[in-house]
Order: sequence, then structure tokens, then C-alpha cells
Amino acid sequence: MSEAPAIELRRISKAFGPVQANKDISLKVMPGTIHGIIGENGAGKSTLMSILYGFYKADSGEILVGGRETPIPDSQAAIKAGIGMVFQHFKLVENFSVLENVVLGAEEGAFLRPTLAKARKHLTELAREYEMNVDPDAKIEDLSVGHQQRVEILKALYREANILILDEPTGVLTPAEADHLFRILRGLKAEGKTIILITHKLREIMEITDTVSVMRRGEMTDTVKTSETSPQDLAERMVGRKVLLRVDKTPAQPKETVLEVRNLGVTDSQGVQRLKGIDLQVRAGEILGIAGVAGNGQSELLDVLGGIRAATGEVLLKGRPLSLSGPGSDARARRRAGITHVPEDRHRLGLILDFKAWENTGFGYQDLPKYCSGLMMDNQALREDTDAKMGRFDVRPHDPNLAAKNFSGGNQQKIVLAREIEADPDLLLIGQPTRGVDIGAIEFIHQRIVELRDEGKAILLVSVELDEIMSLSDRIAVMFDGRIMGERLPGETDETELGLLMAGMEGRAA
Amino acid sequence: MQKLPSWADVVLIPLINLVLAFLVSGLVILYIGENPVHALEVMVNGAMGSTRGWGYTLFFATNFIFTGLAVAVAYHASLFNIGGEGQAALGGLGVALVCLAVDWPFWWLALPFAVIGGALFGAAWAAIPAWLQARRGSHIVITTIMFNFIASALMVYLLVNVLKAPGMAPESAGFPEGTHLPSAYDVLGVFGIPFNRFAPLNVAFLVAVLACIGVWLLIWRTRLGYEIRAYGKSEPAAVYAGISPVRIIMITMLISGGLAGLMGINAVMGEAERLTLDSVQGAGFVGIAVALMGRNHPVGVFLAAVLFGALYQGGIELEFEIPAISREMILVIQALVILFTGALDGMVRTPLERLFLALRKKGAA
Repeated sequence: MSEAPAIELRRISKAFGPVQANKDISLKVMPGTIHGIIGENGAGKSTLMSILYGFYKADSGEILVGGRETPIPDSQAAIKAGIGMVFQHFKLVENFSVLENVVLGAEEGAFLRPTLAKARKHLTELAREYEMNVDPDAKIEDLSVGHQQRVEILKALYREANILILDEPTGVLTPAEADHLFRILRGLKAEGKTIILITHKLREIMEITDTVSVMRRGEMTDTVKTSETSPQDLAERMVGRKVLLRVDKTPAQPKETVLEVRNLGVTDSQGVQRLKGIDLQVRAGEILGIAGVAGNGQSELLDVLGGIRAATGEVLLKGRPLSLSGPGSDARARRRAGITHVPEDRHRLGLILDFKAWENTGFGYQDLPKYCSGLMMDNQALREDTDAKMGRFDVRPHDPNLAAKNFSGGNQQKIVLAREIEADPDLLLIGQPTRGVDIGAIEFIHQRIVELRDEGKAILLVSVELDEIMSLSDRIAVMFDGRIMGERLPGETDETELGLLMAGMEGRAA
Repeated sequence: MQKLPSWADVVLIPLINLVLAFLVSGLVILYIGENPVHALEVMVNGAMGSTRGWGYTLFFATNFIFTGLAVAVAYHASLFNIGGEGQAALGGLGVALVCLAVDWPFWWLALPFAVIGGALFGAAWAAIPAWLQARRGSHIVITTIMFNFIASALMVYLLVNVLKAPGMAPESAGFPEGTHLPSAYDVLGVFGIPFNRFAPLNVAFLVAVLACIGVWLLIWRTRLGYEIRAYGKSEPAAVYAGISPVRIIMITMLISGGLAGLMGINAVMGEAERLTLDSVQGAGFVGIAVALMGRNHPVGVFLAAVLFGALYQGGIELEFEIPAISREMILVIQALVILFTGALDGMVRTPLERLFLALRKKGAA
């Protein structure tokens, strides 16, 4: 036998009440390798990593670091064992400098100055070593998302992490930033560091990992060499059945213009211009995909069209102007006009998590005659309608009385989707339709969107997943910094060109 | 996943809280050299041992139901209305003005108008903090509590300068005979059921029961209630659904204030039959504890109100029976109950959740 694994898990189990989040998981990660962990939402990836980082205590099983049994009761112990974690949502103090964030929690002595001086030196060395140029004195809030992530990685390295866990690291990055991250990771690997990458993106797994483990329903079902598998194979292992990775659709048959947006502007409460004169059109029977890195105005665009946010400019729906501020510009008026909205953040906007599924079916439609009589809600009608919708959208468990928070991400999304699609809109706004949704459900949701298009509805799709934009859209508009950088046809562009546009580069690469 | 079975949440936890409160109260009584078992006996007997005891217990409970419902309704919209005290005082004013305005021939004619008067004045007093919250973002907790002080000053002014009847006391003239609400003695007498003649329990209790049913319908059956609950759970989601936060804040607070104002029916019209300075006597604040303990559900509010009614009445008896236990001592006991049922809820909840989890696991294995 060769050297001991950097990390070895032996029969780890963890239950939350009756839910078995991790069941008998054993895993070996060899030093100096990049190990991918892939699985659907709720498969138990995050729980497993939280156990490894000391956030949760496993009910049974043991953790070995470098061949030695190492109990990890809290994150301090994890750090001491040389484990570093980069979370999906960064844990940085926004108005602290890079340097201050790096030393936070690792200060020595009563005074900060010596620590900072030492850290500055160490940080510069690290940055040079791994090509991670970050200004140590820059405030976090002034850094791009990609740079913030580097700070997180530097934080872990500063604590002398040998094993780096990254949880969905590319979700917020442009393709170019993701490429840079991968270069950094390869550099780290070359230095002998061990990296565990949690992701749901098959492409990334194929591109960068040496070995990959598949998790399904709390169990580690397979561990394979990346070179001996394929995306199709991995997807099937994840879901446990055959899946369609490509969206099956015929060319669009666009008809009359449904939505016309002219010179749309939004200024937020801090006086920052979020939308700087957006012009776009969506026609009946087509899907307009808006590509862009999160935070470039796509959310504001959806909010304005959905009646959540006031704006300036002009919006015409089937030729009729919509009011953009004041009375008659709220979400209720938009629904009456024929716009329905699957919001980007279903937990914050689309659902009341404590409400039961049937209560959520009426959400936004509580004054429809079919759901109420006079002042009273017709709860029975709502329940029956929810029951039928759950059947048509294959929501599991098929239980209208279950609270929304008890459904998985994919099923929550189906509840929202069923509500907004079956409201029979002229225009469907749909943001991040498959964020946090498992592969099996993605296929279903994509099919529904295409079906709706084929019924002659106009669809405005916003997604940060380029794959999704490329495969669903009939036209693609790229947003950067509150502007539309350009429009492309999916057949006539590629990820490189879109990536440049997403990064604000005007130049036509192709 | 639910951490606790609902029966444990609704029954077991309040019960344990109560027992703990009584245990600590017992220690306090022991410390001043009295017998806690005897004290408990006096309390329970005084509150529930006779029709007289029940007559007072349910009279107090009626006040607490109104103020408790007021807090509960606002809570569903995630608004913490701690202005029940002031709203109830103003409600009493509304009731008094209605009763004094006309020489009412029959109580059943006066009652509906008094209900409207009380609700209207209570709602109006809640309207200003509501507007400030909805339009200006001033926090409702701050404004409602400040309005309690304004209300109290206003009542002093009115009762000293405007409504004062001849005599020493700052109180209004007595209400006309026709506004006298039938007491429990009168009502039960019709059915031949004997009841204490002097206990202040009156038909306002039935109004309170109707208010419980009304609140239940409002919150869980009407579209407005649906929108209130949705707003209370998540404001951004409510906006997404086209629910106007301003509208919900205003309407909810008006209903909440109106419910608090209804207390005047019981305290002013039903008992004092004149407007006095201290018609509310802290019931507005007890309403907060009642709503908290009753989990903001009308049934819970009703039960908690009866409990607090018994605590009040039992406390008065205790003070009377055992001289060593002073008025302040009674306040300590009441405060302990509020402390344990309200603020220290988590102290019992967390270990109990663990216990149930362990039991369930054992059951599964």
C-alpha cells in the first residue's frame, strides 16, 4: 500500500430526527488529488462536509486525517487538523479589509498590529505562490465576487490548510473567473494540497477532478476515476435512472410581440443605477434568455416586470403600456395584465415556507373567483386544485397539506411553476428556474417551459447557468452592469463569446 | 419536520411552564415564612371554588381575552402591538361617550352601539402608530408604547376637565340605567341556575367569546386573514404576491386596536358603569402574556385569559386571606407566571424537543 489517505471517512451516519441525511458513508481522498462530490440537492453532500468541518457531529463513524483518527467536534478542531472550507455564501466581513478578514479568528496576542504585519508578509507570499493577486488593503465590499472567493481560499491557506473543501464554488463566477479558479486549484494540487469540490455541475467535475464520488439519498453510491466516466454516466448514477441532458425542442415559431421594453431605468435606494436603459422585446412563442453574472441587473429587470419594483421608461404588454410606479404598478396589477412570475429566489419571494402547499397555490391569486367567495377563501377549492396541480407537475410527496418548507428544492420549484404556468399568462417571467433543483426535476422543468413556449406564450428567462441559457433560449441577451451588452442566437455563438459579453467586453470575439 | 407533537407544544409546554412558575412562587412564599400549599389552596379556591370566584375570574378573563386577541391578531402580521393599554383606555372612552350620549332604553340597544364606539376609539388610537409604521417606518413597538402614555395623560385631562361629574373623584357621570348589562346572575337566573349576585361577570363575556370566533374566522378563513398571515411570514413575498404592506399594516392594526378597545364593554359598561381613570388596570400588558401563552390562537388566548383571570382573582383572595402576603407579593407571583410562560419558554422547549427526538429514535430503532 502507498501513503495514507489525506482524509478517510469510515461509516459516517447522521440523522436529523427521522431523516437520515448521511448513511454509512465511507470515503477515501488521496493527498494531492482533486476529489469531486456530486449529487442532487438533498443528497447529503453539505451535511457530510459540515460534519467534516465540525458544524455537525456525526451520530456514528469516524474521521481519519492523514491516517490518524481525528475527532472533529468544532471548526477549530477542523482548522487544527488542516482542513479549510470555502463556503458557497462567503463568510467575510464586508467593511473589513482583505488583511483583516484573513487574520480574523487567528489573531495572536492582545494587539493587532504585529499579527497584521506578519500576516501581510505571509499573505503576499501565498498570493505569489498561487497566483492569487489580491490587494491586502482593499475592502471586501469593493472586490468582485471572484476576488472575494480568493480571499476565502487565502484565509484557509493562511491557517495552513492542507485539505481544502469548496462548496459549489463556481455558482457566482463568470466562466473566465471559474477558469481562473480552476487554475488556482490545479496550482494548489501541484503543491500537494488535497481538494474536495462539491458541485452539481457535471462539466466541472469532468474538467478538474481526479476522482469523483456520487451521493444519492444520503448514501455514497459510487466512487470512480473521472477519466473512466462520462457526464451522461454520472448523471444517471446521481439520479438513478436515464436522464436527458439536452433539452428536446423544435425551432421557435415566434409570432407577435408580447413584451416591449424601452429605455428601462432603475435606481435603488442607495442611489445606485441598477438598470441603465434596457431595451428588449419578447415575442409570442419564443424564449428570450438573459445571460449574465448574478448582480448585473437581471433581478431588477424581473422585479420591475413582475411589479415588485418601480422604474422609469416604458413597458408595453401586447401594445398596452404598463404603469411602472405608483398605483397600478404592483404585482396584482401585473398578474391581471397577464404577466406571471417565477421568481429567482423562491424561498424569499415565491413561497411562504410555513404555509402548506395548498395555501401556496393561492399565493398571489388569492382574489381569483375560483379560490374565494366574497371575503372568505375557498380552502376546499384550493386544496382540490393543488391536488390536481401536484399530479400534473409530479410534485412529491403528493400531499397538499404538507408545509412548503418540507418539500425538496425541486418540488418547491414545481409548486411555484405549476401556479404560475397554469395561471395562463401571456408572458412568463422565470428567474433561475433550476437553481437548487435536482437533475431529474431540471429535465421536467425545462420540458414544461418549452411546452409553454410551443403553446404560443412569451417567456423571459433569466439564468446564471450558461448551459441552461444556451439550451433553452431562442434568443440570448447578455446583461452586464445594468445594460444589455448584446443579443445573440444560440446557434451562432459559444460560451467564450457570451462569457466575454458577461464580463463587459464589447469586442466581438467570434 | 415538526420537532414536537402539537399536543406537547400546545398543552405540555404551557403546563410545565406553569408548574415551574408555581414552584418558584412556592419557594418565595416559603421564604417569607408562609405555607405555599396553603397559599395555593387559597388561590385556587378563591378563583374557582365558588360562583363568586368564577364570577370574578371570568370577568377578568373577559378583559384579557380582548387585549390578548388584540396582540394575537397583530402578531399574525408580525406586528408587536404593545399599545393595548392605551387602546383599551380609549376604547373605554368610546364606550362611555356612547353610553352618556343617549338615555338608552334597553341594554341590548345600547350594547351594539357601545361595541362600535369602543372598537372605533381603540382602532383610532392604533391608527396613528400604524400609519407611522406603514408610511414612515417608525417602529410599532416604540410608538404603541409611547401612545400608552399619551392615552393615560389624555384620559386624565378629559376626566379632570371635560367629563368630570360633580364630586371629588376624577370620573364621569354614572351611565343611564338602560345601559346596565345583565350580569351572570341575571342571565343564569333565567335558566334557574344560581350564581353569585355581586360578581361582575356580565354579557360582555359572550361578546368576548364571539370575538374569539370572529378572530379565528378572520385569520384562517378570510382572504384578508390569508394576506395578513402571508405578510407576517414574509414581507418581500407579500409584495411579490401583490399584497400591499401599507394596507395590511393599517387594517391589521385597526382590527387589533378595535379589539383592545372592546375591553371597555366589560370594564367600563359592564362593571364600573362610569368612566374612571384606571379602567384598564394593566390588562393591556397582561394581553401580551396571554397572547404569548395562547400561541396567538383564539382558543389558546381564551384558555390563557381564563388562567390569568384566575391568577388575578386568586391573588386578590390570597392578599385578603394571608396578610403576610402583600400586594407586591401577588405581583411577584403573576410576574413569575409571565416570565416562565413567556420569556423562559425556550428553557423548557429545547430540552423537551431533545427528549422527544430521543424517544422517537428509540421508537424507530
